[in-house]
Amino acid sequence: MQPLVRLAGVSKRFGSGTEALSGIDLTIGAGEFLSLLGPSGCGKSTLLRLVAGLAEPSAGTVAWAGGARPRIGFVFQDATLMPWTSALENVRLPLRLDGRLPREEQRARAAAALSDVGLGGFERAYPRELSGGMRMRVSIARALVTQPAVLLMDEPFAALDEITRNRLNDDLIALWAARAGAMTVVFVTHSVFESVYLSSRIVVMSPRPGRIARDLAIPGPAPRPAGFRTSADYAALCRGVSEGLEAAMA
Amino acid sequence: MMGRPTGRLLAHAIPALAGILFLAAWEGLVRWYDVPAYLVPGPVAIWQALTGDWPMLAGSMLVTLKIALLALLAAVTLGGLLAILFAQSPILERALFPYAVVLQVTPIVAIAPLILIWVDDVTLSLLICAWIVAFFPVLSNTVLGLNSADRNLVELFRLYGATRWQTLMLLRLPSALPFFLAGLRVAGGLALIGAVVAEFVAGAGGTGSGLAWRILEAGFQLKIPRMFAALALISACGIAIFAALGLLQHLLLRRWHESAVRAEG
Repeated sequence: MQPLVRLAGVSKRFGSGTEALSGIDLTIGAGEFLSLLGPSGCGKSTLLRLVAGLAEPSAGTVAWAGGARPRIGFVFQDATLMPWTSALENVRLPLRLDGRLPREEQRARAAAALSDVGLGGFERAYPRELSGGMRMRVSIARALVTQPAVLLMDEPFAALDEITRNRLNDDLIALWAARAGAMTVVFVTHSVFESVYLSSRIVVMSPRPGRIARDLAIPGPAPRPAGFRTSADYAALCRGVSEGLEAAMA
Repeated sequence: MMGRPTGRLLAHAIPALAGILFLAAWEGLVRWYDVPAYLVPGPVAIWQALTGDWPMLAGSMLVTLKIALLALLAAVTLGGLLAILFAQSPILERALFPYAVVLQVTPIVAIAPLILIWVDDVTLSLLICAWIVAFFPVLSNTVLGLNSADRNLVELFRLYGATRWQTLMLLRLPSALPFFLAGLRVAGGLALIGAVVAEFVAGAGGTGSGLAWRILEAGFQLKIPRMFAALALISACGIAIFAALGLLQHLLLRRWHESAVRAEG
């Protein structure tokens, strides 16, 4: 697998003196679905922000293959939509800020991205008219509309109910698999089950300061076949990752 | 449960009924005790003064309204622009905001005589007084609004390489709109108060004088019903400004902001 980004000796210390990350060495391969798994306060969100370029490391380097940071999509824990405008305009935002495509083309791409996440027909809906799950779909469509090489997600489904979360998990894997290696996902979560279900690789982090404790490859087909959630394979994988997480916390 | 239209009708009927009862009791008491009109005129006498002196009172109302609305317009323009400037430069905000507060907390009655001395044109000096009172709520609310954009959205704009201009136009200004409109509603009432107070202080008569002068004049001439009529017109202007700005607020926010949504649903 081609490396996409290499973090070498990355540390992050905040102005308050808190050491959020210490000595992170991590290479993310192109086309991976990588989960950062760990308890609250282990610095996984900080790590994601460093990869996004929203924060700078205090020490160490973040080096991208090809030199420059590629196009990035970012999904926050909340849908983080602009409440004053429609779903379509929210999804169009990244293209509008970029400003290179003509307006009609921007609209067409935004509509296509909405339809990709199962929200065709909701172009004119305002965020407050949508359910929590639908808002998160709009947020994902907005992240995908630029056809990013990397999709960064910071506990995107933590606030949703389990039924909605499971459905979004399936849809997310399908969206990733459909891009066949052209899109890398880095997914922050504190759920063992979610990380195992989604990922091709799980990086377990331990807190105070945040370090990498385990680096586990997760085998299995993508998209997940029907019944995977209740299969013995899935249970065994979850047990393995759970033990890894407990060992990291000890 | 009560049907929605019935409920809404009652919501308007009850205060209207209370008002009518109040006016009837007022008129009844004035007649029963034979109170002279130069002490407390009854509603009927006030109404007669209002209709009888209508050309004069209406002219004065237009003068007062014109000053209040122009002052409001100036407050929106200058307050809004200054707020945007402050949002772009925190140093400027820190340097100038305290002086805006000084302007706000100093009573307009105390500043008005100075302004009347400095500015030759009476209308302009009234306008400046009304503007001073109306400007602060617009400024402070808009500053608050511009600074309260969703932090994650701010980061998202940064991530996509948004320019300052784009962040202002597409994110900060829409975020500030509900705050600005709330400030505008306060400023609307204050602009009228400022216009009236300044005219009282100016105490200037003549053909182009507003409702405050009519009140003073009626007081000198002991035409108390006319005084009450002018007072009622000032209230009516205030209510009209407040209602119009409320409608504006509702129309602009109804699709997305909680404050307007709740009123609807």
